[in-house]
Amino acid sequence: MARGAFEIVPRWPGALALGLVMALVLGAFGAVIARAGALSGITTADWAAARFTVMQAGLSALLSAGLAVPVARALARRHFPGRHLVIVALGAPFILPVIVAVMGLLAIFGRAGWLNAGLALLGLPKVSLYGLDGILLAHVFLNLPFAVRLLLNGWASVPSERFRLAAALDFGPRDVWRHIERPMLRAVLPGVTLAIFLVCLTSFTVILVMGGGPRATTLELAIYQAFRLEFDLGHAAALASLQMALSLAAAGLSLAVARPAAFGAGLGRIADRWDRTSRSLQIFDATLLAATGLFIATPMLAVLASGLPWITDLPRSVWMAAGRTVIIAMAAALIAVSLAVATGFLITSLSTRAARLTDAAVMLAMTASPLVVGTGLFLILRTFTDPIALALPVVVLVNAVMAMPFCLRVLLPGLAVLRADYDRLSASLGVTGAHWARRVALPRLRRPLAFAGGLAAALSAGDLGVVALFADPGHATLPMQVYVLAGAYRTDQAAGAAILLVLIAFGLFRLFDRLGDRDADL
Amino acid sequence: MRPILSPALMIAGSLMASSALAEGKPELIVYAPDYFASEWGPGPQIEKGFEGRCGCDLQFRTGDLLTRLRLEGDTTPADVVIGLTTDQTAAARATGLLADHGKDLSTLTLPIAWTDPVFVPFNWGEAAFIYDKNRLATPPASFAAFLTAPDDLKIVIQDPRSSPSGLALLLWVKAVYGDTSGDAWRALKPKVLTVTPGWSEAYGLFTSGEADMVLSYITSPAYHIIAEHDLTKAALIFPEGHYFTAELVAKTGTTDQPALADAFLDYVLSDDFQGMIATANWSYPARMTEGGLPPEFAALARPEKTLFLTETEAEMIRGPVIDEWLSIMSE
Repeated sequence: MARGAFEIVPRWPGALALGLVMALVLGAFGAVIARAGALSGITTADWAAARFTVMQAGLSALLSAGLAVPVARALARRHFPGRHLVIVALGAPFILPVIVAVMGLLAIFGRAGWLNAGLALLGLPKVSLYGLDGILLAHVFLNLPFAVRLLLNGWASVPSERFRLAAALDFGPRDVWRHIERPMLRAVLPGVTLAIFLVCLTSFTVILVMGGGPRATTLELAIYQAFRLEFDLGHAAALASLQMALSLAAAGLSLAVARPAAFGAGLGRIADRWDRTSRSLQIFDATLLAATGLFIATPMLAVLASGLPWITDLPRSVWMAAGRTVIIAMAAALIAVSLAVATGFLITSLSTRAARLTDAAVMLAMTASPLVVGTGLFLILRTFTDPIALALPVVVLVNAVMAMPFCLRVLLPGLAVLRADYDRLSASLGVTGAHWARRVALPRLRRPLAFAGGLAAALSAGDLGVVALFADPGHATLPMQVYVLAGAYRTDQAAGAAILLVLIAFGLFRLFDRLGDRDADL
Repeated sequence: MRPILSPALMIAGSLMASSALAEGKPELIVYAPDYFASEWGPGPQIEKGFEGRCGCDLQFRTGDLLTRLRLEGDTTPADVVIGLTTDQTAAARATGLLADHGKDLSTLTLPIAWTDPVFVPFNWGEAAFIYDKNRLATPPASFAAFLTAPDDLKIVIQDPRSSPSGLALLLWVKAVYGDTSGDAWRALKPKVLTVTPGWSEAYGLFTSGEADMVLSYITSPAYHIIAEHDLTKAALIFPEGHYFTAELVAKTGTTDQPALADAFLDYVLSDDFQGMIATANWSYPARMTEGGLPPEFAALARPEKTLFLTETEAEMIRGPVIDEWLSIMSE
């Protein structure tokens, strides 16, 4: 994708954004390592933790992404009442605060959950999901819907003309799969799988609670232990570096597997599908969608039912925290999307090899241990000022940088298509600058942009990562209030506040998503 | 020594800081855990109570206090740290940042002797298993009976690597079973439904009905009785004894407000402070005052024996007991 004489978008904003992300992550790591003096060695127990971490993250990613393919395909080729609602609701689990999601899952699949109650009615033995099964169940619940959303974007990036052509050539579902869907997935699926792998790599609460005990020890827990219990910064930094190395290896693998699809440009019309008439296929899709819907919806409903009644009971301070959280989330989303757009334009203007390297570098931000980044920033900032006075800006910035790789994942397929299909045309017509952005880029990027913004806002609303050292008691955020309420026996109010957090995250997500809804052929 | 502020940051900082700064009152910076400064913790009452008598501005800085203290070293702005737990004393002492309190602790009403020169306990309780009377009609009457109870009796505990109560359980088992602690854990293991990173996740699993019991504190039922009028939650009282935990306060040696820090320690031991601990912290006050416990609280069952390992003993066995626990729980 090398570009020569014409440069529609300059590269420097991308270089700047990339520099900022790298400086923040590597600077924070550097500060921790400098303070520690040296990295200390990785022990046998650490390697065991690393093996388990990679194993559970790998299985979680393969399961989530693998199951997402048929679900996304069914959604992409079916139109039914409520379809739009389903797609909207798919955004929800990924942005749930983890402990809320776990409680929801346990309400259904737990020891005292509906499933076991049903089994007991039938006289069947109870099932226990604590262990690897439980971890995988929770990770699939959290990530499958996210994967479906990302894959739907992939389907939507196929020009509708390709489906017309397929119909004209009398393609059946198998031909559509071979000539359209498989090449599209080859381009999109590795990135989606990687994103989920990286999310699961740093998973903490799910692993501990659902894992059933210390057999399920991950690198993130080992980092936590090195920090909190042993205060061995060198060990913590070494573990965090190992975690990043594993992520980079996974990123390399995924990028090596991915092949860009070449569908050519379309007119941006809404795709209609002629390859979905067979009765058995209809039943298959319907069953699949119903089962997925049930799996995703029941825990969500259980969570809502337990928390909603308490929302009106929440004290003023929780609402204040909610307001603060909305501001943080909006600001972080704006920064994250700006960083991702700039970096995305840079990546799509580079040679394949350089683009892959850059893409991999961005992934660093996603898997940098929040504990290490937070500590590093604390160490750096306190040489200038009182870090607590900057608590909110720091939280915004770190959330933005952590959410940015997700935004990039969402934006890259659309960006690549935009540049491959329209750069030459735009250059030859002399359409540049603001005019180009409004007439060419925005209409084609609106949907992924909105999705990326909503995702970043929702992720930033829920994040508790760096506040351990940057908590400002006068300016508590909503996730902090949930945590404090739960720690003060007020489980019910905590559930209410958690639902408020979910509603905010989801509301923000929706707000952004609506902006992208104008061409509704998701 | 405070880091020097740049002019721009100074303006930003003064816009954010409370008005007390402008009035020129001296500041007392108190490091505390997250739960402290929320309206559901004791922080607001402490702030009001102390500011009423000191003519100063008390500022809470919440978060992971020991880690922050260690990162900052002798440039820490903290004047007082409150909310350290008994399992953190060795590490906190080793920072060399804390000063002797110089207080007479003979008026404390702890179940154990406390003569530490640096740390002043302000509340205490023992680790205990909490159960629901409606769900468990005949609870085990001793630790030994608990170990031999049917394995479908499920308990949620906390990870000793991330939670003070989780570590207290390990020390508790060691204090009761000594060399046979490994066998005790093998008997306990099938009853452990899961291990959570912190107390709140475990307690949530218990109240939501997922587990029959939870590792918590002997004073936990007081919250349900007093705040929720719920009489169904109770602690299992074991004749083998219960492990002691306390929260502590200390002043820093680097403080630029030594007189205020000293006055704060006096305040911690005062009737005002100790009298509010029961319902602000849901634990026993370190110095029992007249009417310091609501009647429901005073009526809670008490164990015959309180177990506690000295700091040196606990530090010596901490590594080995965690390793033993990890290897048995991973078998």
